[in-house]
Amino acid sequence: MAAVHGDVHGHGHDDHHPTGIMRWVTTTNHKDIGTMYLWFSLTMFFTGGFLAMGIRAELFQPGIQILEPELFNSFTTLHGLIMVFGAIMPAFVGFANWQVPMMIGAPDMAFARMNNWSFWLLIPAALLLISSFFVPGGAAAGGWTFYPPLSTQGGLGVDMMLFAVHILGASSIMGSINIITTILNMRAPGMTLMKMPLFVWTWLITAYLLVLAMPVLAGVVTMLITDRHFDTSFFNAAGGGDPVLFQHIFWFFGHPEVYIMILPAFGIVSEIIPTFSRKPLFGYSSMVYATASIAILSCIVWAHHMFTAGMPTVGQLFFMYATMLIAVPTGVKVFNWTATMWRGAMSFETPMLFAIGFIFLFVIGGFSGVICAIVPIDIQVQDTYYVIAHFHYVLVSGALFALFGGAYYWLPKWTGHMYDETLGKLHFWLSMIFFNMAFFVQHFLGLAGMPRRIPDYALQFADFNMISSLGAFGFGLTQLLFVYIVIKCIRSKEPAPEKPWEGATTLEWTHLPTPAPYHSFETPPVVK
Amino acid sequence: MRNKLVATLAGVAALALYSSMAVGSKYNFQEPQSVIAQDIYDQHIMLLWICLAIFVVVFGVMFYSILKHRKSLGYKAANFHHSTTAEVIWTVIPCFILIVMAWPATKTVIAMKDTSSPDMTIKATGYQWMWGYDYLQGEGEGISFYSKLSTPRAQLENKEAKGENYLLEVDNHVVVPVGKKVRVILTANDVIHAWWVPALGVKQDAIPGFIRDVWFAADAPGIYRGQCAELCGKDHGYMPIVVEVLEEDAYSEWAAEKLASMKKNPVNLASAADDVDVAEAAEKDSENN
Repeated sequence: MAAVHGDVHGHGHDDHHPTGIMRWVTTTNHKDIGTMYLWFSLTMFFTGGFLAMGIRAELFQPGIQILEPELFNSFTTLHGLIMVFGAIMPAFVGFANWQVPMMIGAPDMAFARMNNWSFWLLIPAALLLISSFFVPGGAAAGGWTFYPPLSTQGGLGVDMMLFAVHILGASSIMGSINIITTILNMRAPGMTLMKMPLFVWTWLITAYLLVLAMPVLAGVVTMLITDRHFDTSFFNAAGGGDPVLFQHIFWFFGHPEVYIMILPAFGIVSEIIPTFSRKPLFGYSSMVYATASIAILSCIVWAHHMFTAGMPTVGQLFFMYATMLIAVPTGVKVFNWTATMWRGAMSFETPMLFAIGFIFLFVIGGFSGVICAIVPIDIQVQDTYYVIAHFHYVLVSGALFALFGGAYYWLPKWTGHMYDETLGKLHFWLSMIFFNMAFFVQHFLGLAGMPRRIPDYALQFADFNMISSLGAFGFGLTQLLFVYIVIKCIRSKEPAPEKPWEGATTLEWTHLPTPAPYHSFETPPVVK
Repeated sequence: MRNKLVATLAGVAALALYSSMAVGSKYNFQEPQSVIAQDIYDQHIMLLWICLAIFVVVFGVMFYSILKHRKSLGYKAANFHHSTTAEVIWTVIPCFILIVMAWPATKTVIAMKDTSSPDMTIKATGYQWMWGYDYLQGEGEGISFYSKLSTPRAQLENKEAKGENYLLEVDNHVVVPVGKKVRVILTANDVIHAWWVPALGVKQDAIPGFIRDVWFAADAPGIYRGQCAELCGKDHGYMPIVVEVLEEDAYSEWAAEKLASMKKNPVNLASAADDVDVAEAAEKDSENN
């Protein structure tokens, strides 16, 4: 299998490439493309973050302050879409681009030109999303889940959003086909599937989920577009359609999507924890099986987002039980990480801090997930701030913290310089404090009865909203520190040590110089 | 002797913690006012305790390890990386915990879904942005009215001081008798809304072109407030639900009065011709059906 190598990249060690902007436009190099993905997602992270700051500023006090209700709805809608499709997903694809070839001993991605195309598709999609704020009628305001009939009401902004989602979906499908092909066909001799680093495993499974889920999203978006413009009635009861059908199809994509955003995070954490514990990952094969079980279960739980839509008793019970079952493989992962740390020789550099922060807060998000899975309780908390708190615990302190951890972990390999450890730790602690300040209190808001997606609220919610807003502002500002740290790291004159992490065992640390050369593994390493 | 003391102390501590999360506190669900809401409340507390116990055990181990197994303390790393026994144990135990959680939940789900033989039936219709109510069956049959936010615009715009029930007050309350099984039939006229009264443990989407139903029986007289819980456009935050529960006699009085006043001054869903939006909406509704 691994024999294909030589043919894939025939040019040997020449790393000539166009300079200036054309280097980036025409590049087929996995490292260049990975870099672009990462910068793109960071930019979108700050765009979505700006919207979040707007939301929290409006909610700082009761009453309408700075955002009229319609604009507020656009802010929440675009915040969700931009963070999910623009920030978190491309960031993980960026990590895959950089790391998958290096970790399996491949010279590049399997389809290098398609790789370029799947990145550059993101740009028009992002422009469509952002510019939709400035068209007549404003940006989409029906929530990131764009349920009809509400989403059939909007104007041009909704169409721009739908096309953007289409394009982002196409990009994701191409990216994931590329990743699957690379992993299955381009591993170095001796790198059997069960020897692959866990990050590669989680991405392989994630890529399959993407190939499964994204076409479903494309289908439902297309149906919505034809409902809006070509008089079909898929989701319109007056024409014999059903609004709830949309929810079923959307969440058939939407739930696997949740795991698409968290499985690679599990992968990153499973690389960091053993490295800084100086001890092999506990239960490697059970980690692989747990990841696969989570992926399979994630495809049969979609209707737990719809318990209040009305469903037969048996349906509610089935989706409740299936959802609760996910706690088992997820628990296995947490226990394995704990067992990996147990009797290790730990040190606590920034990547490790983010990994531990990830486990700690992700588990809280997991607990509130189980609570949400219980149908009677979900009836109370569905569409409240409790749910907002729940998914920010799994997506911000879950996916995002893992991304930060991964970035600090691999920055020396990517840039050839060390990041500032003190500032990195400061970034972690500030993120940790402000994150909890912003989101922990939202559990209370939800329990006490504050619905989500409202621009104004009853007076009993005022205290917690103010705390939450202050936390959110702090969290937002703290992320500027991350940009400073990254730029300082890139500009630093001091070369990083060849292997800054003594516990690292994967190929990019053991077989490649630091920084990684433009073309790596032109001849495949042999893995014992 | 010592054990007994420890057990007593633990019991007292648990009780103290439980009561600190007291009913009606702003850290927890609103005070439950129906059997279902009480079930939900109790199950949530039970789950919190289970989660807390797991949390303490898992992170107790992890933070012990973080404190003791440090390179800076000169701790030497062990090299184990596998144990089938451990894997089996920590796969099986969570399954049992889940069964303990699912058992009461299943019973409640079955009870929640049983909307059969109600004492009275009310149809609630979601509009952008208010609710319409029709009393379809039982005492008060024929009553019909709209229920809109009554908080003045000036309070929203911060030009006036905000009242006690800011954003949770309406012109016409949904009035029901205490202790009776009330079945609420839900639909919507334009987009999806959701009818939610936390204290009664009821939340159900109102879907245009479709009918869904839920039920509740209020334990005590009082006024219970909720809000629309499904994003329905610009004024989603401004369509609260207020349920007023009366003693049976008082309810009969209210129903008779309401019916009489409706005869005198017929403003109901079908004949609200003075309100153009609503007339249009009603027309669309009949098209849909």
